[in-house]
This record gives sequence, structure tokens and C-alpha cells, in this order.
Amino acid sequence: MPHFPKPAEGSWTEHWPEISLAPVDYSDSVDPAYYELEREAIFKRTWLMVGRVEQLPRVGSYFTRELQVADTSVILVRGKDKQIRAFYNICRHRGNKLVWNDYPAEEVSGTCRTFTCKYHAWRYELDGRLAFVQQEGEFFGLDKSEYGLKPVSCEAWQGFIFINLDPSAAPLVDYLGEMGKGLEGYPFHEMTEVFTYKAEVGANWKLFIDAFAEFYHAPILHMKQAVKDEADKLAAVGFEGLHYDLKYPHSMVSSWGGMSPPKDLNMVKPIERVLRAGLFGPWQRPNISGLDELPPGLNPSRHPKWGVDSFHFFPNFMLLCWAPGWYLTYSYWPTAVDSHIFESSLYFVPAKTAAERLQHELAAVTFKEYGLQDANTLEATQRSLKGRVITEFPLCDQELLLRALHQASRDYVKEYTDGTAAR
Amino acid sequence: MALRPAESAEALQPAESGEALQPADSAEALQPAEALLPAEFADLEPFSDWVLETERERYAKRLATSMDQMQAFYDAAFPRLAEANSYLEDYPLGQPIPKPQRNLLLLMMSLVLVSFPVEVWQQPRVPDSGATYLDLVVEPKF
Repeated sequence: MPHFPKPAEGSWTEHWPEISLAPVDYSDSVDPAYYELEREAIFKRTWLMVGRVEQLPRVGSYFTRELQVADTSVILVRGKDKQIRAFYNICRHRGNKLVWNDYPAEEVSGTCRTFTCKYHAWRYELDGRLAFVQQEGEFFGLDKSEYGLKPVSCEAWQGFIFINLDPSAAPLVDYLGEMGKGLEGYPFHEMTEVFTYKAEVGANWKLFIDAFAEFYHAPILHMKQAVKDEADKLAAVGFEGLHYDLKYPHSMVSSWGGMSPPKDLNMVKPIERVLRAGLFGPWQRPNISGLDELPPGLNPSRHPKWGVDSFHFFPNFMLLCWAPGWYLTYSYWPTAVDSHIFESSLYFVPAKTAAERLQHELAAVTFKEYGLQDANTLEATQRSLKGRVITEFPLCDQELLLRALHQASRDYVKEYTDGTAAR
Repeated sequence: MALRPAESAEALQPAESGEALQPADSAEALQPAEALLPAEFADLEPFSDWVLETERERYAKRLATSMDQMQAFYDAAFPRLAEANSYLEDYPLGQPIPKPQRNLLLLMMSLVLVSFPVEVWQQPRVPDSGATYLDLVVEPKF
């Protein structure tokens, strides 16, 4: 008997007939040939979230992103006209990497007036135009207007900067569709105190999304993090989402959150009782507008016990909005079939007092304790999947987002291979 | 965008190894130590080695400290946490904070970090985390 109502079909998964109920084939997470297809079909053709507009506060602010999955590096920069643009990080003279410090593979950020190549001092304006060629007269009929930086499609949505390596991609707002629209108006711009975590994880990128796209595991894997009585109760009850939604290829799960604040202070750890904060963040919401009337996409079932909504924007961006008024992002950047760089940022309304800062600190520390358990579990999963002794796995109704993810990956790859075959 | 892990790790080293190596420092240690914390929290001075600027330093210290030592720090600092919060209300963030008060906040950030080994794990490392790491590469400044 479900604690929260399910759709008339009897389950969330069956509510979307296009989602198969069959066991899911996880060869897609261990097959090197399939990974090569994903690079082309997905990562070179979809909108990828690369950062926030707050990272480019001034004219000339820039940062680079290393996209190993596409064998490329991209510069994001705010121009004199305040526009944010993206360019391939390649000097047009002889292909040297344009913006980098001591280590070519590392990402950098800063502020500059122009970009100057270290190699022969070719210089580019912030809008990509080639401004200066060293010993220009030595070249043969070189037209500088034809040698600007190669642009990458770049658009912002609610302050999130996205790029798309496909120059003919449909606009970002169309790609994010209804799932994105339902979040518009949330005060992301007020939440500018950032904690960013980074790790290289020895697992396929989809496996970590799987881990964070279901809460079915939470009462078990993270059992030791709750006080004993509470952990027993959580494990006995298990997890059920308040609501699920699928706007293919994107999806979301809405979850309750009884701990912010807890019904009974004995349910939480001593440090949480004193600081009045925990995994779900501070127990009181920050004093900003935009949190009383949430956009329609958040807490879609309008449940009074709502705690957090977790959105997966295909392929590799997750966004979690927490009831106490802060948000969290996850990005998964593949580096090989069995590894990726995981990045996560927590965003709060800037603390005005030490007490608020310590609340944020506790949320961040708690996130890391959980994240370490999650990440290590994935390496174990990758190792056991690799032998392909078992390839198909049954997923439950609380794992709908995982089915959607693996299905979207297969569909993108199929569309790409069909298209390649037709050409 | 993110601070490079290698770079931030390097940035830590001079402070740590430098302190241990310089003879001048050991000479200073013979002098009465300068108070790091506000007078109202002088009882926590014995734990001022937990006044650390970055999460990376705090986390490294957690992994390198015995449970007995962390328990002693927790037992001394935890009962003062609520009082520290009230005391620090007079020093709003977003404007310069005098060093002793700032140090008190940094000390309490270390307390938050050791609360997990002490209250939950009974060991410095997160169980089931193996060799996995998760580095904080961007940390809010105050």
C-alpha cells in the first residue's frame, strides 16, 4: 500500500507507456564501442551545462572547460557588450591551446582584456575577432576577419550557462522544454555562496546519475548517518517519491523531507540540534522573495511534507532544489567508458552571520560524507558489471529516472547510428 | 572556474611544512603563545591547532588525528558552540572580522567536521569510502 498516491495505471513507470518495464541492459555502461558512440551521439549534440553567470561577473571574466569527452577545450567569456560567448580554445594560427596556465589539461579562470597566444602572440578580442598577428606581413594574403576564434553555441537559462558543440542545435529553451519552464522564476540568482566539490570516479557517467536519480538506496546505504531508532524506522518504511515526472529526455523525482526541521529533536544528531541544520540544509528558509510562491515545476504535488526535487536534464546535469531554500547541482563529465569527473556545487543565499555560515558548513560536510559513500559504491558496481556475467537488471518503480536515462542514451545513439547508416 | 586541486594542494604546503622546519618558530614556541581566540573562549586555546583556513586542511587534519584527540576537541568545543554563535552575532559576515573572532568561527567549522567521526562513525574516515576522494575546490570566503 503506497504512502503517497500513484497514478491510475498503478505505478509511476506505467504512466509513461514509452518506458519499458523490462530489465535494463547495463552493457551500455561497460562497452567501450558504445561509449564511443555516446561521445558522438550525445555529448557532441546536446546542450551541456558548464557553469553559472556569476562566474563571469565582469567584462573580460573568463573560464575554460575541458571536455575530454569531445576531445576539446572551450573558453567562456563575458564580452564588452556584457554578452557571454563560448569559443573553442584553439589559436587559429597553428592550433596551440589559447588559454591555459602551466598545465595544458587543467581548467583556468580569470579576467583579461584580450586573449594572447603564448606561442606567437596572436591576439583575439573578447568577442573572438582576431586583432593582431605577429609579423603580419610575413603571411600570404591573410585576411584577419577570417581567422577569428571558432564559436561554440552558448546560451544561458536562469543563470546557468549551456554550450552545444552542434552548430545547428535547436535553441536551449526548446531543448529544456516544459521541465525547464516549470522552474523559471526560482531565485537562483540570490543563491551565490558556493561550495564546489570535484572527484574523479572510476565508474561510467550514467552509473553516478543512477545513484543520485533514485532515493531507494538512501535508507540502506546511508543508514549509519541517522540516529539508530530513526535509521531502523527509515529502513523498515523504505523510500517512496511524492511525485515523478518525465518530459523526455528529462525527468524529475519529488521527495518528502521530514528532517527540516525534524518532528522530534531526538531524531537528529547533537550537532544538528544546536546548529538547526542538516543534510536538507538550514531548518529555516532565508529571508528572500521567491520562496513562498514556488514555480509550478517545484513540489508539483504541492505536498506539505515536501523536502527536495531532483531534476535530471539529459545528458549530464542534475539540479536539486531543497525546501529550505537552497540548491545543488551535479555534473558528470565522462573521461572513459569506466571513469568520469564528478562535480557538485551547493548554492546558498550568502550567510550574514557565523551561525548561518555554520549551518551551510554542516550541509556541505554532510553532503561530502554521503557523496563519498555513493562514489565508492559506484566503483564497486563498475567492477562487477565489467565481466558481463549478468547484464540485465530489474529496476523498481522508484527507479523510473534510471530507466529514462538509459533509454534516452540508447535512443540518441540509435538515431545517430541510423543517420550515419543512411548517409 | 574551479581551483585546480594540484594548485590548492601546493598552496597548503608552504604553510604546513614551513612551520615545522623554521627554527625561528620553535624559538617562538618558548615564549608565551599569543592568544588566537577571543578571551571569552580562552579555554579552547589548547585546540587552536584546529583553526585552519581551508576545508582541505581541516579534512587532512581529521584523517590524521586519533579518535581520542578528536573526542577531546569535541568534548571541549561542542558545549561552547551555541555560545560561540551568540557571541559572533556582533561580527556580521560580509565585512572584516577581527582575527580572534574569525579564528573562533574557523575553529567551529572544524568542530562541524569532527562531529561526523565523533557522533556517527567512531573512526576518522567515512566507512565504505575506500580510496575515494571528494575535494572541495571552491569554498565560500568570509
